[in-house]
Amino acid sequence: MATPLVVSEVSKSFIMHLRDGIKLPVVNDVNFSVAGGECVVLGGPSGIGKSSILKMLYGNYAVDAGQILVNHREKIVDIAAADPRTIIEVRRHTMGYVSQFLRTVPRVAAVDVVAEPLVARGIDAAEAKDRAVELLARLNLPRELWSLPPATFSGGEQQRVNIARGFITSHRILLLDEPTASLDATNRRVVNEMIAAKKAEGVAMLGIFHDEEVREAVADRILDVSAFSPRKAVAA
Amino acid sequence: MSDNPLLKVSGVSKFYGSRIGCQDVSFDLWPGEVLAIVGESGSGKTTLLNCLSTRLMPSAGSVEYRMRDGNFRDLYHMSEAERRFLMRTDWGFVHQNPADGLRMTVSAGANVGERLMAVGDRHYGKIRETATDWLGRVEISADRIDDQPRAFSGGMRQRLQIARNLVTGPRLVFMDEPTGGLDVSVQARLLDLVRGLVNDLGLSAIVVTHDLAVARLLSHRMMVMKDGHVIEQGLTDRVLDDPREPYTQLLVSSILQV
Amino acid sequence: MSADLATYNFAYLDEQTKRMIRRAILKAIAIPGYQVPFASREMPMPYGWGTGGVQVTAAIIGPDDVLKVIDQGADDTTNAVSIRAFFQKVANVAVTTHTKDATIIQTRHRIPEQKLTEGQVLVYQVPIPEPLRFLEPRETETRKMHALEEYGLMHVKLYEDIAHNGRISKTYAYPVKVDGRYVMDPSPTPKFDNPKMHMSDALQLFGAGREKRIYAVPPHTEVVSLDFEDHPFEIQTFEQDCALCGAHGVYLDEVVLDDQGGRMFVCSDTDHCEDRREHGHVGEMLAPNQEAAE
Repeated sequence: MATPLVVSEVSKSFIMHLRDGIKLPVVNDVNFSVAGGECVVLGGPSGIGKSSILKMLYGNYAVDAGQILVNHREKIVDIAAADPRTIIEVRRHTMGYVSQFLRTVPRVAAVDVVAEPLVARGIDAAEAKDRAVELLARLNLPRELWSLPPATFSGGEQQRVNIARGFITSHRILLLDEPTASLDATNRRVVNEMIAAKKAEGVAMLGIFHDEEVREAVADRILDVSAFSPRKAVAA
Repeated sequence: MSDNPLLKVSGVSKFYGSRIGCQDVSFDLWPGEVLAIVGESGSGKTTLLNCLSTRLMPSAGSVEYRMRDGNFRDLYHMSEAERRFLMRTDWGFVHQNPADGLRMTVSAGANVGERLMAVGDRHYGKIRETATDWLGRVEISADRIDDQPRAFSGGMRQRLQIARNLVTGPRLVFMDEPTGGLDVSVQARLLDLVRGLVNDLGLSAIVVTHDLAVARLLSHRMMVMKDGHVIEQGLTDRVLDDPREPYTQLLVSSILQV
Repeated sequence: MSADLATYNFAYLDEQTKRMIRRAILKAIAIPGYQVPFASREMPMPYGWGTGGVQVTAAIIGPDDVLKVIDQGADDTTNAVSIRAFFQKVANVAVTTHTKDATIIQTRHRIPEQKLTEGQVLVYQVPIPEPLRFLEPRETETRKMHALEEYGLMHVKLYEDIAHNGRISKTYAYPVKVDGRYVMDPSPTPKFDNPKMHMSDALQLFGAGREKRIYAVPPHTEVVSLDFEDHPFEIQTFEQDCALCGAHGVYLDEVVLDDQGGRMFVCSDTDHCEDRREHGHVGEMLAPNQEAAE
């Protein structure tokens, strides 16, 4: 089977028109790939562009050059060049993303937030809800919170909703941006187990983990993003 | 995913003498896609919406719609009868002011049932049942079915307008500032309702709004307009999180944080 | 004396006006139920007093016609008498109160009980020709709705009736669909009379003077009252029979007799009632007298 994710010669800068058009380079000539069943951790100092890389892979940020090749339903899709509906299709089916912050939608209960990705793929609503409940229980989210909208949850509680939502599907690629940042030790370990389970299923994972312990537990290899830093390119 | 778009827009322009309403707008819309057209006053977004929904004749360009039989028809080469029929069955149009999209002196049930009666439904009991069902879906209590919209709050009127539009199972819904003028809590409820219905029914929608939060919540794709031109378009979260054009960056940065 | 005064043209209207009205009538017959605009003339009676009906009658009447005029079914009310006298004066035609003897019957708000025959013309006086007017005030919109056969709104009105009253409460001017195409207002006749319009042997013409519209239902045309499948159209029924002639299943007027609330129900169609009595039918009001006489 083809490599799930291949990143080739990707570069990006921000041009801040509101600040007289100054150019802020983000990354330059990014090249790497992620195989199924492995968890690659993005390393490097804060601000080096780790989050930005994940966002580019997800299609949330545009790229200036290069290709982001995703194996989607046995076909190769270049996220960098794809049209919006293709990217949405890839996100729905193949590539998941657990962000740092949960963007809350008013009035939707936590359990429905978690179930939504399954419902979007055509799974029966009741079954999706059962699986959501299972995950929330596993992540030790108090039962009384399940039917409440997450807007008023604590950071850690929101994070657990986020994780459940990201892990509930059978996406072949998972992007994880600080998924354990606001969690206590118990729940961090649950997440480790979940990541290990995904690996065993052959899911390709790419993540950012500041926590040493988690990194030790899950990382198959560490990719130092400093290697793609434009400052390095400039210096050289 | 179907192979054919639902709407093909090509080079649509509207001029008022030398003044540009909108110029050279082209895009395709697929089934199940929600497109937000965003811009400030005078950007041309409402003009564009009206050109797309046949409420205003464009000066140039074409708008082609895929009919239920699969054939594409140029909307402006159709007879008025066909256009009006389309407006009543396959399309919806949600006005900013619900009074513009409702019959205010006729009961809520009749407002929802009118389209059904217009396409030939002749069973009172079934029409009433369908109307009750739809009132439920837009969270209007069933016991208000015989009340007139004059007695409804703004949010309720807007929800009634939505029910009235969706009862014939349209495939494409146009919305002009659907939450404009509503209180914030009412807006939240309405947006969640619209989001849910669009998802459940697999609707395509074109939503004009000046509120970026509405665009983020409802739409898959976004078009930013300024002075009659589309200056940036793409995946909604991409345009909002990584705006490229100067005007888009200005718009996004102007949102007040609560 | 009369030799010095100007005389009226036959049937009051000048010939050119009659031609214009006849053209409108022909168009109306060609498109059953469709409202044809016409240049309504100033008549020697105000709007609201039957000027439309009078103009239609004036355009079609000839010296050999026999005219009957009724108002709410009666030949002897003020309006019927006046209009009949008007045509006697300006057309010098024969007049009658007997439905079966008339060639032209001008009516306000009722259809005679006697079945009309081929060769007869029924001319209705119409106040508001547009059935959709009270739902949609814009003439531009109603014209489009008729042109595009968009009649959903008409059923909305009936729906509202059922929702508020439990049944369709419109009892007069009940909308009908003519020849499967146009929705028409039959003028303020009681819905009781609607079935008489369907597949009639006679020609039915409708004139609205103030609104300047003429429409028509040719003979043997389908006229179907609008309804719902589960709330079908029903005519009024009367428990009583006519107190004078004992007629059953005819439209009755209620007549108050005294200050104590005494009342009787009699045929609205005066000719029908007289005719029946001539043939020996009696109602309960007259029966005791008969018995006493015997």
